[in-house]
Amino acid sequence: MTTVDLGMPGTRIAYGSGNLYEETPFPEHARAELKNTQMRANIGHATHTIRGKRARVVGELPDWQDLRDAGSAIKQEVGARLPELLEQFEANVTARGGVVHWARDAAEANRIVTDLVRAKGVEEVIKVKSMATQEIGLNEHLEGQGIKAHETDLAELIVQLGEDKPSHILVPAIHKNRDEIREIFSRRMPGTGKELTNEPAVLAEAARSYLREKFLDTTVAISGANFGIAETGTLTVVESEGNGRMCLTLPKTLITVMGVEKLLPRFSDLEVFTQLLPRSSTGERMNPYTSMWTGVTEGDGPEEFHLILLDNGRSAVLGDPAGRSALHCIRCSACLNVCPVYEHAGGHAYGSTYPGPIGAILSPQLTGVAAEQNNSLPYASSLCGRCYEVCPVKIDIPSILVHLRDEDIRTKHGQRDQAATQQRSTVIEARQAEAEAAGVTPEPAGHPAEAKKKKVPSEMDLLMKAAGTVMSSGTRMGLAERALPLGRGALKPFGGAKWLPGMVGGWTQERDIPVPPNQSFRNWWKNNGENTQQRVAEDLGDTQLAVSAGGEVPASSLAGEIHQHAAWGAEAQAVAKLRAERDQAEGATTKDSPATSTGEREGEQNA
Amino acid sequence: MRIALFATCIVDAMYPKVALATVRVLERLGHEVVFPAGQGCCSQMHVNSGYIEGALPVVRNHVEAFTSADYDVAVAPSGSCVASLGHQQPMVARACGDEDLARGAEEVAARTYELSELLVDVLGVDNAAEQLGSHFPHRITYHPSCHGLRLLGLGDRPTRLLESVDGLELVELPDAQECCGFGGTFSFKNPDVSGAMVDAKIKNIESTGTGLCAGGDSSCQLHMSGAARRRGSQVRTIHLAEILASTRANPLELDEIADLSIPRVHATVTPSAGGAR
Repeated sequence: MTTVDLGMPGTRIAYGSGNLYEETPFPEHARAELKNTQMRANIGHATHTIRGKRARVVGELPDWQDLRDAGSAIKQEVGARLPELLEQFEANVTARGGVVHWARDAAEANRIVTDLVRAKGVEEVIKVKSMATQEIGLNEHLEGQGIKAHETDLAELIVQLGEDKPSHILVPAIHKNRDEIREIFSRRMPGTGKELTNEPAVLAEAARSYLREKFLDTTVAISGANFGIAETGTLTVVESEGNGRMCLTLPKTLITVMGVEKLLPRFSDLEVFTQLLPRSSTGERMNPYTSMWTGVTEGDGPEEFHLILLDNGRSAVLGDPAGRSALHCIRCSACLNVCPVYEHAGGHAYGSTYPGPIGAILSPQLTGVAAEQNNSLPYASSLCGRCYEVCPVKIDIPSILVHLRDEDIRTKHGQRDQAATQQRSTVIEARQAEAEAAGVTPEPAGHPAEAKKKKVPSEMDLLMKAAGTVMSSGTRMGLAERALPLGRGALKPFGGAKWLPGMVGGWTQERDIPVPPNQSFRNWWKNNGENTQQRVAEDLGDTQLAVSAGGEVPASSLAGEIHQHAAWGAEAQAVAKLRAERDQAEGATTKDSPATSTGEREGEQNA
Repeated sequence: MRIALFATCIVDAMYPKVALATVRVLERLGHEVVFPAGQGCCSQMHVNSGYIEGALPVVRNHVEAFTSADYDVAVAPSGSCVASLGHQQPMVARACGDEDLARGAEEVAARTYELSELLVDVLGVDNAAEQLGSHFPHRITYHPSCHGLRLLGLGDRPTRLLESVDGLELVELPDAQECCGFGGTFSFKNPDVSGAMVDAKIKNIESTGTGLCAGGDSSCQLHMSGAARRRGSQVRTIHLAEILASTRANPLELDEIADLSIPRVHATVTPSAGGAR
């Protein structure tokens, strides 16, 4: 479990399973969700509000960029030292009276939790909001085993009572407005009557009374964890409502499911993350409740503490140098709140527990890009880069999206058959296991290797091949552009084009194509390039221009402070450095050139 | 200075007048503009579609074209393509195991500037009316395309230039930092989401009451103007270079914006005998 896969022969990579799949290709799923205008209005309103709050509290910190760097560096250290840190963590949790379990995947984790709950002889448990248990589908699994799990986070409760799915990491019911919530409560919450209005305070009070009974009656609680401290064995949950504190302190038995990447090496690392997380997620300076516990303490809190350390594909992610920083994620959801694709399509469109930009990289990495329709997720982005800009741990989401697109193309071209087959069989086996556990006959599955094999080049392949041939030669570009007058002649009578065939028909679904120009710049330049004087004379007439001040050595933007944090990708940083060096070395020549040239031009004009 | 123009494939083929506008602005400052004839595309379309191997010949072509040409700095009227040179080309070369090409790409990228970056940072232009003779007496708004904004960190360079144009009134665009929804092949692979994004952008442009949105990336503009037309909106787009090139003696008229051909005044120049084919 603690070994990182290094691509050694014979090592079977453990891919993740559970609620991590996109069932319908993202474009189709999104098309359906886009029709839900109420959902879009709710999400648009909520994300813009959180976005503004985040921007204000982040702006207050002069060292925000340094904090991001620190957060990123600590998480990088966790990835590099994971085996050693996990063993240290296990030893410390055990030494303080906790029991540590290891789960390779969702099925193992679910089985361990079920056995623990059964051993306590109870049929109901209370839960703290947790992404890890969403990911493994714990509630559904427990339901099948006759155990009822009650969500105690307000938004999770809304989703659970509404028999809905979460659509946001932090605010699972972000797609619902207060009228819809009132309707769900009055329908599903015992004891609510006509007095229930859509006032937030009234709705919260109804939930509070409902939950209070659960807190007092239930003896087993299940939580996730925001952080696990290797050097002390301490676990941390941060939350806003106090329901977490209740779950973590009142019951006799506490079961925590934690993804292995949630580790931090040192207690002092919390200094960084308790600043980064609340500001990035709720837009608060500090979250209202921060609970920490280490093992068990006699006479204080749960008598029994079980920790399940979950892999479920995380080792596979760690094994990919180009994608592993996705494991830095602290589930703040800042990237969701600024993402225009998320804003319009909503969280459900991503299929998986993890929506938005982070979901578009994390889900296909945990399961492998060939599993189900997860290969459509890396394309669910215009690569605008806002996700990277706000990410508190600097995950280069746009670059990882491109990396996964490349993996998808190579998979489709039959260059990753072995990995793809394994990724597909993981899904099939997990579904069979889940069906057996629930006592249902599993549906027959096709052979994983056959699932998506495409032998014929796709339309996209042909387009890219043709474009690559033309665009890799100036001569061929020039020849292709000779067709422009033809296109212009054909389209001019119609004022443009409104329809294109096949895949590129997606373009004309939303946009007209303008009438092309009568010739390309390249071809025009051949005949007219040298007529500089004529152009300048036409443009300026008698106007005398002020001489350009140009002169100061450029502090190029690429080398500047903004760019250091704005640009994504190591390559851009290398270029920035090169340019800064060049600016320094050539400062003198750059300084003189414009003035000299201007002088020459004026000389010509006067003559 | 000798400035190499990287027209970018989309400007070269669809918006030649934007390349010409770039040339006119630079020549006015007394610089010589050259056009490395071997140039093609930056490779962004291939890379962003996941065809990293397919991008390699495109990258190699660009690096060769801009390594063999003789110039001081290069310029492109596109934030996205300039960003791609530094951000993607070396990555493609390394992914394909060609370290020499990666270094070459880095060197070309370090010498290539986006237009507003070149004008402000290198050529010291801080007043377009006085130093470039720019005259464009219209109300406009401005959309900062994502890669110029977030990959290059262009900041307020483009808007500072626009505000200094004679007669121009710049109206702030609400939610200006939001992506317009173009995203390369995203535009046709996820047309519905892309369409929803551009809906929002067009509404924001309409709310400024200007009807005319300037920008620094022709690809985003092809998408925005095409979507506006499809939706029956009056919103039009214009490239920053076209505004800077417009002067009192040779003004760009609003009714000329729709035609993508090189304006007649420049196109009627008699071709020299040797150049015509």
